[in-house]
Parts: sequence; structure tokens; C-alpha cells
Amino acid sequence: MIGLEHYLAVAAALFVIGIFGIFLNRKNVIVILMSIELMLLAVNINFVAFSSKSGDLVGQVFSLFILTVAAAEAAIGLAILVVFFRNRGTIEVEDANVMKG
Amino acid sequence: MLTQDLHTVLPELVLAIYTMAALMFAVYTGKDSVTSALTWATAGLMAALALWIGAGEAGSHTAFGGLFVDDAFARFAKVTILLSAAAVLVISQDFMARRGLARFEYPILLALATIGMMAMVSAGDLMSLYMGLELQSLALYVVASIQRDSAKSTEAGLKYFVLGALSSGLLLYGASLVYGYAGTTGFAGILTTVQHGVPVGLLIGLVFMLSGLAFKISAAPFHMWTPDVYEGAPTPVTAFFATAPKVAAMALIARLVEGAFGGITPQWSQVLAALSVVSMFVGAIAAIGQRDIKRLMAYSSIAHMGFALMGLAAGTAFGVQAMLIYMAIYVTMNVGTFAFVMSLEMGGKPVTDIGLLNQFSKREPLKALAVLVLMFSLAGVPPMLGFFGKFYVLKAAVDAGMSWLAVAGVVASVIGAFYYLRIVFYMYFGADQEGAESRMAPAQWVALMGVAVIMLAAIVNFFGIEPAAVAAAASLVG
Repeated sequence: MIGLEHYLAVAAALFVIGIFGIFLNRKNVIVILMSIELMLLAVNINFVAFSSKSGDLVGQVFSLFILTVAAAEAAIGLAILVVFFRNRGTIEVEDANVMKG
Repeated sequence: MLTQDLHTVLPELVLAIYTMAALMFAVYTGKDSVTSALTWATAGLMAALALWIGAGEAGSHTAFGGLFVDDAFARFAKVTILLSAAAVLVISQDFMARRGLARFEYPILLALATIGMMAMVSAGDLMSLYMGLELQSLALYVVASIQRDSAKSTEAGLKYFVLGALSSGLLLYGASLVYGYAGTTGFAGILTTVQHGVPVGLLIGLVFMLSGLAFKISAAPFHMWTPDVYEGAPTPVTAFFATAPKVAAMALIARLVEGAFGGITPQWSQVLAALSVVSMFVGAIAAIGQRDIKRLMAYSSIAHMGFALMGLAAGTAFGVQAMLIYMAIYVTMNVGTFAFVMSLEMGGKPVTDIGLLNQFSKREPLKALAVLVLMFSLAGVPPMLGFFGKFYVLKAAVDAGMSWLAVAGVVASVIGAFYYLRIVFYMYFGADQEGAESRMAPAQWVALMGVAVIMLAAIVNFFGIEPAAVAAAASLVG
């Protein structure tokens, strides 16, 4: 029987993979965008699992909001990436180094 | 019912409808040639809305089934946000026009971000919190890279986007845990749940949410994007980042911890105190080595966020009041400082190296004097207004029995004074060499001088913001 904790474990694993994807990735900014998407979808799994467990629809409404915003976020991220590529001719993470932070 | 809800959100509605109308108008008429008119109109509308909200009816109203709360706290934050956004628009107009950045999207995006901030400070539910925050963030990512032919500006936008999205992810993960363990997304519902025992999942959720929000206010250790984004973005955009969004995110933290988790003050108070200490010291120490005034202001804002968090960490109504007064003073100081930073140029190009301020007082005695007042105020030297902001939060911490936090704050403030005073030193006693000149539009001049005068004059009665802050804190904590 698959219970709430299994869904939570999957979501937590996906979320952590997403975070590591952002920090350990040294190659490509597109991979970072994918990792962000992964994190948001992991959160969605959490919301839907809690919602179905408690029989409260609010969590599913919330996850629809997240899906919508994630789409807008990806669009803006890709747009910024395109202007960045036009200026630098590369989308490697290590090349984002005009300013030392 | 619906009519009443719409009446409650009327200021936001007006701004939102104006934004869309302005967008259509600009696209179908002169495009970038209407930028200047649009900037002034947007700033005027924001100032008018601030007056309307400030003079509006008292009391609390909720709308849309508790999603949106309009109380004294939200009104205080909204007035601060609207006025600072309007001020930034007005002082940036000349800079943007002269640097060929006068795009009509700029005032529109700033207005959109402002709507998001107004929704944030009025959030009464995790859903409206998230939607407001994202409306603000998505607009700001675009604004950061608005100078789209500049490698620095687009890189700033990219870094801001990646770390902003990461922080949204953390916040959402926290929100999902809070929802799961409290069974509701409404702040009022969460407040009743935590009064009957606190499941550990709820606490983990709260910590995730606080770290997500700490990114947004750039509190250490979640501050690493701040210096790069501040340096890379065009100066008016940096000025905006340093003012209104900080107030909104700080107010959002206050609303979350007091409004939803008010019953378990000791649990989050420690987290906020830790963030506060780390921010104050990182801001004070890391700024010492900076040569770029925009990076310096970034670290300065990190340190200031630490002080504002100290007020919140106290967990009392007085602490919230101290935080609100601190943020109001902070944005005022930053508007003045950035009006000055925007005006610095050499051979017609904007410069930000603090070494170029050498002997600035010989070239522009009056402006140098105003900047001196501002720097003293940022450092918290009495009798400037900045001192009273710090005094309030320190008092809140001591009253709440967190004397160690107050002592740490004083130490950090003394360390931080070094780099503010160094700017003053360069201006008055620096080596005699060719330096930057300051070319100001009337609006920038008025902002710089006005803020400098406020720093000295407002110590008499704070221009009456104190009773408003008291009412705001009472409506949230009371």
C-alpha cells in the first residue's frame, strides 16, 4: 500500500536533486532551469499528496497556481538567457563571471 | 459580498488597470517616446494612491475569504512602498534618458512589481503570499536585465533569476509542509492550529519559508546574489531593488511569523535572531574591502536588513513597530544616497568607484555636505535619523530579553561605520586628483537635499510616522 510518506519521500528526493542540480552543475544554464522546474514539481507532488490525504481541495488549487507561475518563470528565465547569450556568446555557468561575487 | 471585496482591493485594482492601459497606450502610440510622460504619470499615480491609502478608513477588512487582509500594518507598508517606488521612478528618469535606457517597459514593470508588493503585504494566505511574491519577482528579474546590450546587466538578471527561483522553491516547499501539517493555507487557520501543539513538520516548513524569504530580503547567509545584482543592474534599478522590495519582503516576514505563527514566538525568534546577527556582521565586514559604491550599498543593505530583523526577532508589538520605523528610515536614506550615486559621472560616463570621490567637497560643497549627512545617518551616528532607527530596534531587543543581540548589533554598527566614514573621508580629505563630477537633474537634486534635510529635521517628531507604526504593530500583534 502506498501511503502519504512514500509521496513525501519521492517529493523530498526530487527537491534535493533539484537543489543539487543548481549548485553542483558547472556546465550549462539550461540545466539550472530544468533543476528549478524539478524543485517546483516536487513541491506540487507534496501539495497534491497532502490534499488528497486530508480531502481538502485547497492544496490542488495551490498546485495549479504553481504550475502557471512556473510556466511564466521558465519563459522569463529563457528570455534572460537569450539576451545573456547574445552578449557573451556562451551559456556556460562558469562564464557568468563578469562580476566576482 | 463581491462588491465589498473589490472595494477592499481598490487601490491595487486601480494600479493594475492603469498598468495594463499604460502598456496598451505605449505599444500603440509612440513606444519609447512616451517613456518620460509614462514615468511621471506612474510616479504621480503611486503618490496619489499612497495618499489615498494613508488617509483612508481605519480598521481591518478581509477580502476573498481571508486571502487578502487590509489592516493598519498593510497600509503602513503600502504607503512606504508606493512612496519609495514613486521617488525612485522620479529620480531615475533623467539617468535612463541620458543613458539610452528610456524604455517604456521600465515604469510599467516597476508598477507591476509594486502591485505584487502590495499583494504581498496584504497576504492573509499562503496562496496570496506566493502569487504576490512571484508577481514582484518576475517583474524584477526582467528589470534587472533591462540594459539588454550590456553583459553586466544581463548577467545580473541571470543570477538574480536563478537564485530568486531557488528561493521561491524553498519558500514553496516550506508552504507545502505548512499546508500539510496545519491542514490549511490560511494564516488565521494556521494560527489556531499552532495553539494546540506544534508538529515538527510545521516547524520544518516554517524554517524553509523563512529561508526563502531571507533570500528576498538578502539576509546573510542567503545574500550572495546581492552584490553582483546591485553592481550589474543599471543604477536606477539598483535603487529600486534597495528600497521597495525590501520593505515588502520584510513586512511579509512580519505578517507570516506574527500573523500565522504568533503563538510560537520562541521557535522562530531564534531563527530570526541568528539571521540578524549573521547579516549585520557579514554586511559590516565584507563591505570594508569594496571599491564600488553599488557593491558597498549592497553590503550596507545586508547589514540594515540584519537590524530590521532584530526588531522582528524580539517578537513583540514594539519590535514590529521598531522594524517598520527602521524600514521607513532605511528607504528614505537609500533614495537620497542613490540619487547621488546616479549623478556621478566622468567624461559623460557613469562611474561608481569610490576612489573617484576624492576631494569631492572642493568641487561640490553643498552636495558633499548632504552626502556627509546621509553617510552619518546610514552609519547610525546621532543625531541623524538613522541613529533613532537603530535605537528603536536595539531597545526592542533589550526589552525582549535579548541583550546579547543588541550588543552584537552595536558592535556590528561600529564596524560598519568605518566604510561609511571612509566615503566622507575621501570627499573631504582625499588625495588631490581628478575625480568624478556630479551632474544632477532637478529631481535628483531635490531628492538628495530633501533626504538630507529630513535626516536632520525629522528627529523632532519623525513626521508623525510613529503613531501610524504603533497602530500598524497593534493590528498585527495585538
